[in-house]
Amino acid sequence: MTELGCTPSQTVGPYLALVLPWADGCDVVPEATVGAITIIGRVLDGSGDPIPDGLVETWQADPDGRFDHSDDPRGAQSYPGFRGFGRCPTDEAGNFMIRTLKPGTLPAGGGETEAPHLDVSVFARGLLNRVVTRIYFPDEAEANAADPVLRELSTRDARALIAVPQGDGRLRFDIHLQGPHETPFFHV
Amino acid sequence: MRQLVLPRGYRRDDEGTHPPLDFADYASTALRSPAKPLILLPQRLTEITGPVFGSERVQPGGDDLTSYGGGEAVGQRIIVHGRLLDSDARAVPHALIEVWQANAGGRYRHVNDQWPASLDPHFAGYGRAVTDADGAYRFTTVKPGAYPWKNHPNAWRPAHIHFSVFGRAFTQRLVTQMYFPDDPLFFQDPVFNSVPDARARARMISTYDHSVTTDHWALAFRFDIVLRGREQTPFESEPDDD
Repeated sequence: MTELGCTPSQTVGPYLALVLPWADGCDVVPEATVGAITIIGRVLDGSGDPIPDGLVETWQADPDGRFDHSDDPRGAQSYPGFRGFGRCPTDEAGNFMIRTLKPGTLPAGGGETEAPHLDVSVFARGLLNRVVTRIYFPDEAEANAADPVLRELSTRDARALIAVPQGDGRLRFDIHLQGPHETPFFHV
Repeated sequence: MRQLVLPRGYRRDDEGTHPPLDFADYASTALRSPAKPLILLPQRLTEITGPVFGSERVQPGGDDLTSYGGGEAVGQRIIVHGRLLDSDARAVPHALIEVWQANAGGRYRHVNDQWPASLDPHFAGYGRAVTDADGAYRFTTVKPGAYPWKNHPNAWRPAHIHFSVFGRAFTQRLVTQMYFPDDPLFFQDPVFNSVPDARARARMISTYDHSVTTDHWALAFRFDIVLRGREQTPFESEPDDD
């Protein structure tokens, strides 16, 4: 079998807004969807200054913990209009927003389960590769305690990956690329 | 919850393939690169699956950047084409590719790009295409100009086209830049040179392709994009879909 070397990552640079934001990008589900939640947050640099030229992408299971994808043998058809994927550029103050449905608990193999979560990629000028983190949910204490990823983290890092409830179905998850509040990032 | 056997994951890339996040020669990394080491994330369902987009994200003519606003873009017309593959040389079909670039004078159609080169009313500066069943894609555009930036004294970015690619898995997501052969500006460009392995750097440089160059129309450059392939299991020599 031929083995090819992978193409390297490069920064998105300052002009990703030319094509990457989509009109419906921040909406994983349409606005009027019953039970929709909103995740808001800011992307900040090592000085605590907002990153106004970044892009946040999210990928997640549906409320049944399933993916509409050939590699999820269970499939997923129960949530028409649910895209699983969100993509939101940051504004001048570093803000992003993702409107979605809360994912379900996922099988993790070996009889384990993963707590509901979103995988998150951040792209920006000054990032030569994306950085990846996860958003977990504050009302899932039991599932979070059993989650095989959170379990491996320090208490501080595990807590940092749990979104903060804001009321009215809104959750806050700020992303600190660097500094005293640096977000835990993963090698995928 | 019922038992589920997870599909195979994807091989992690060789050391030296991707740039480090903290790279002093590229000044913007200073306050934007995490200081703590990355935590290894095992690949489970969220990482092995991923968004798969097709033609629903592409407008007719979205692969032609040269006829914006009903006229002809200025500059050297080129065809940029290639295949999206995984590292086992398997095609990645029906995958969305998004591109953006400066015009022939080296200026982006973006409010923050204000250096004194002309905007071209007929150059879009961005495009979208979907790979076909063989993983092939093709754009018609103009060769982008080099442009200055403030990273270091007399700093110029080599001509490049930005590529954003979805494979079939979250772990395959890639944003990169395509360069042109023999660019004299490589030596001083920290973005290009941030890739540690010289062989990996070379994979970002397109090749001139005379077989696709079209007489009295356009020069052609070939750029194959390689995403990580599947992990092999010791009990499985070849997948049956190969």
